[in-house]
Amino acid sequence: MSGPAAEAMIDVRDLNVIFGKGADRVHAVRDVSFAVAEGATYGLVGESGSGKSTVLRALSGLNPDWSGTVTIAGQPQTRRRGKAFYKLVQMVFQDPYGSLHPRHTVDRILMEPLAIHGLSDPERRIEQVLEEVGLGPQFRFRYPHQLSGGQRQRVAIGRALILEPRILLLDEPTSALDVSVQAEVLNLLQRLKQERGLTYVLVSHNLAVVAHMCNELAVMNHGAVVERLDVERLKRHEPQHPYTRQLVTASLGYDRAAIDRFEDFGSVG
Amino acid sequence: MAAPLLTVEDLRVDFPTRKGLVQAVRGISFSLGREKLGIVGESGSGKSMTGRSILRLVSAPGQVTAKRLEFDGIDLQRASEAQMRDIRGERISMVMQDPKFSLNPVMRVGEQIAEAYRTHQKVPRDEARRRALDMLAAVRIRDPERVYRAYPHEVSGGMGQRIMIAMMLIPDPDLLIADEPTSALDVTVQLQVLAILDDLVTQRGMGLIFISHDLNLVASFCDRVVIMYAGRIMEICDAKNLAAAQHPYTRGLLSCLPKIDGDGSDLPVLRRDPAWLEHGL
Repeated sequence: MSGPAAEAMIDVRDLNVIFGKGADRVHAVRDVSFAVAEGATYGLVGESGSGKSTVLRALSGLNPDWSGTVTIAGQPQTRRRGKAFYKLVQMVFQDPYGSLHPRHTVDRILMEPLAIHGLSDPERRIEQVLEEVGLGPQFRFRYPHQLSGGQRQRVAIGRALILEPRILLLDEPTSALDVSVQAEVLNLLQRLKQERGLTYVLVSHNLAVVAHMCNELAVMNHGAVVERLDVERLKRHEPQHPYTRQLVTASLGYDRAAIDRFEDFGSVG
Repeated sequence: MAAPLLTVEDLRVDFPTRKGLVQAVRGISFSLGREKLGIVGESGSGKSMTGRSILRLVSAPGQVTAKRLEFDGIDLQRASEAQMRDIRGERISMVMQDPKFSLNPVMRVGEQIAEAYRTHQKVPRDEARRRALDMLAAVRIRDPERVYRAYPHEVSGGMGQRIMIAMMLIPDPDLLIADEPTSALDVTVQLQVLAILDDLVTQRGMGLIFISHDLNLVASFCDRVVIMYAGRIMEICDAKNLAAAQHPYTRGLLSCLPKIDGDGSDLPVLRRDPAWLEHGL
């Protein structure tokens, strides 16, 4: 093997996702390719319906309706994923109010992955992961409704980390949180990445969050990648594709004159 | 300066609970002219309760009190329920955050918009229908005829929100209270919807209270900004001077936002000072 695929932690080639049949057929992801080096953070940016979360769900094994080549840590992936895959790859979801079982304590939420994978010394692991996500032992026997949104998202990150994965898939991990809590969670994710050498794929509609977290990004519209770019180029406000440029303009705030120049990128080229 | 459209003085919203009194809004005062006033705060800051208490929509056991709550010469605290029904919708209307819970699920959306018009204007059905179609076009819905016939579950969240805005604007209100009207929308659509509201303020002299958690958006869109924290107003400033705001809470909120051209280093974390609760405006 040669080329970037040999070194990449995640390599996606010609990923297509199609839902439904006949008149209801939806081509949700079209020929998406990207590679993520170990220890990097890759951003997937787009508006609602762009297919960014669908790419993540195909990567995570939550969605079997995909075709193409997905290679993770050198292993070509099939539709069905085994336990070993989930030991390597974990996911954090957008809504911390929906992703934690409401009748399970934090302790039970964190215990479940350990039990499934038969890991030793659960006591120590739970205490350690609570410490690492900045919650501490006093949160161990609380229920999700006794926690704030930011604390819940920390539990969700802890649940993903407790298996000591090498890759975290992050689906809008802070978009349900207040900005002050968002800052804390983003800092936590950055620190964990440095300490553990994790590789992240971050899906977000927020260009500022992506610019802050990522090394490289792909901009998606209507299921296809319209542009792949280095974060430095985004920071200099110099993307090439007009769609990306419009997203950058829009994320800088309200500008009446600029809005009148907005184009509709509705149709697929 | 002309008399303000809305004057709020020492507004309080309390909820008695088993664990004691929860003060959602703790004595705030501001006034509004024919301008865009932003109310910014994090969850639980009391910004939505402020909007709802102006329309007397805070339901029991919530208690609203104020030294003064006056809209265009009308004392909103003393107004009868019948007077309030005339005010709601026609003079002051409110766009809520989630269209899914605000639209009637078993009625075509176009008919709901036309109904909002006919509630306040004695006009024939045909004219109400035509006005509703015009309004749908004004909020940038591409195929108004088709959307008019659609039921709420058949439209996307973004379109639902634009339908809500059309419904709230069709009676031609003097004051629009918009509670996070665009936070569910994609950023480009969000700005296009704000442009519609902006034009109504500048062309028709409507007053707008724009409730949001998005500091950057409010700073670039509104004329003045009220910053709320824990039921109190921390500071009121001109939107264009927000970057130079003095209050540590405002500064903290601004600095913890990641920036598109930032350097990727750790974001400053907001430190909350209990003294802020004692010294609101």
